[in-house]
Amino acid sequence: MSTTLQQQPTSLSLTHGQLSRRVPVAIAVGSVVAALALVLPVAGYNPALIGLAGLVLFTGTTYAASRRVEGRRRAVDRTVTTLVTSAFVLAVIPLVSVIWTVVTLGAERFDAAFFTETMRNVVGEGGGGLHAITGTLVITALAGVISVPVGIMVAIYLVEYGSGRLARSITLFVDVMTGIPSIVAGLFAAGLFAQLGGPGTKNGLAGAVALSVLMVPIVVRASEEMLRLVPNELREAAYGLGVPKWRTITKVVLPTSIAGILTGVTLSVARVIGETAPLLIAVGATDSLNLNPFSDRMQTLPIFAYYSYQQPGFGAGIQASYDRSWTASLVLMLVVMILFALARVLTNVLKPKGLR
Amino acid sequence: MSTESPTAVSTPRISEAAIRNAPNPSLAAQAAQTARTERPTDHHNRIDVEDLDIYYGDFKAVEGVTMTIDPRSVTALIGPSGCGKSTFLRSLNRMHEVIAGARVDGVVKLNGENLYAPGVDPVLVRRRVGMVFQRPNPFPTMSIYENVIAGLRLNGRKIPKADADAMVERSLRGANLWAEVEDRLDRPASGLSGGQQQRLCIARAISMEPDVLLMDEPCSALDPISTLAIEDLIGELKKTYTIVIVTHNMQQASRVSDRTGFFNIAGTGRPGRLVEMDETSVIFSNPAEQATSDYVTGRFG
Repeated sequence: MSTTLQQQPTSLSLTHGQLSRRVPVAIAVGSVVAALALVLPVAGYNPALIGLAGLVLFTGTTYAASRRVEGRRRAVDRTVTTLVTSAFVLAVIPLVSVIWTVVTLGAERFDAAFFTETMRNVVGEGGGGLHAITGTLVITALAGVISVPVGIMVAIYLVEYGSGRLARSITLFVDVMTGIPSIVAGLFAAGLFAQLGGPGTKNGLAGAVALSVLMVPIVVRASEEMLRLVPNELREAAYGLGVPKWRTITKVVLPTSIAGILTGVTLSVARVIGETAPLLIAVGATDSLNLNPFSDRMQTLPIFAYYSYQQPGFGAGIQASYDRSWTASLVLMLVVMILFALARVLTNVLKPKGLR
Repeated sequence: MSTESPTAVSTPRISEAAIRNAPNPSLAAQAAQTARTERPTDHHNRIDVEDLDIYYGDFKAVEGVTMTIDPRSVTALIGPSGCGKSTFLRSLNRMHEVIAGARVDGVVKLNGENLYAPGVDPVLVRRRVGMVFQRPNPFPTMSIYENVIAGLRLNGRKIPKADADAMVERSLRGANLWAEVEDRLDRPASGLSGGQQQRLCIARAISMEPDVLLMDEPCSALDPISTLAIEDLIGELKKTYTIVIVTHNMQQASRVSDRTGFFNIAGTGRPGRLVEMDETSVIFSNPAEQATSDYVTGRFG
């Protein structure tokens, strides 16, 4: 292991010894080599163990070297920097791995047929996810139509009108709703529609209601934060011009905060678009295209992915089914990414000019 | 709250119907201008406050204020922080009601009409009594042009483009801002300097043709040059409007105002009171009360 340490005389001056920039690089290389030498004979090629051993060696050696040359404070600084950076890398590895896996495996069936065909009368290879894509879009859009106005209006009530016990209890319920398990929301919607349309009623609207139960609290919390960020001076400016309160809210407060509210709405959509359990109960699954959310079962991307993996059929059809499952996941991920991109663009367009 | 129905208004002078029934706002404005010159000055736009107490919940913030504010003059309110002068100013157009739990006891009369009479809509009061705030607060989502006509647009009134253009120009000229912004009316208002923003807010307030203009420390966030511009503007505006200004700057009070009221507070948690009110020259040279003398000469506060 190379140790090109630059010794400098310690004195009462403002300068102190510094490790050359090359030293950490050298220590890193040395640590990896040492880790390989240590792990390979014992455990074979085990990347996780090699990484861990290398990290421990690197941290320890850097600390020792820095302590000797630069003093204790810089040594601790280097150690903590190493740990924080490692934590970041550790957090990103699964993310990158997921994206990589979904993209490579999903690319197999990422073709025109997947976007134009359904699974109706398809056994084995072929078919597509058109029915699932449209189903996801229709149900999520319906959920948005239900929960975005409700959520924004609740937030407006809490920020602009609410005070006292009612506002406090609404806040409490919204907090509780944030933690509702999605399966409970699904059971609620299934129970509700069993009352309305008889037991076993499954349709897109029931799924949208289930998703709304999950969406509303997110929209409320996000919009509430954004509305509270609007300076009171702007409200007073409007009141001072003799503008009634409701016009102040619709013409001043909402336009000022709309960019942030949109971001919150997008987050809530991203949160529910991949929900599986509630849709399984409330909407069911189908192989056919159904664009009418008010009657009969619909297919959605998460459930399509689930069944394609769970019940792949037999023979050569098994691999084809797995491929469709991955492609469904890839499409779902792309839909979320497109939504985020749209929200970004809208946010930039609608953001109050001159505000940062 | 419904402001669409003029029936809620018991008092004929504060009536949206009168504004709405006018053929167009600029004509209404002309009519108002004519009215201003024809009416006897001692009665028009005069504010009488009688024994006003202001509360925030159980806390009495201001106690027993009685004063008369002359039309087309500048009245300055001075006093130490927390003495209730801003609260009092806000009670003149019912802006203090924005804070939950705020209420008043007493009478504030604008041209003989009690602003706190039952049935008076605070929204309509504020259309007659405009306000300029401590920090410039142009609407960030709007351009300079839109900010000036915000009073009309936000109230949902549509007027022909030519009238709107004329109103914007008149208001900006009235606020001494026209020359600086005429070539960039469509730019965001937040791009202006602090002093320009404050004059924009004044233009926005006077575009509504109010009778009274309240100013709550309008220069405290501005540099001396912008302050001078605003003070000159106040001198111009008082030819048309009744102006009440709260200020911490005693030089400013002595420069711009005709009459000055001194508010003081006996101690923390006690209500503020109007100690003395007189001609500005008297307040600053020969006040009747020792407390006033101490304050204006800088011996305390």
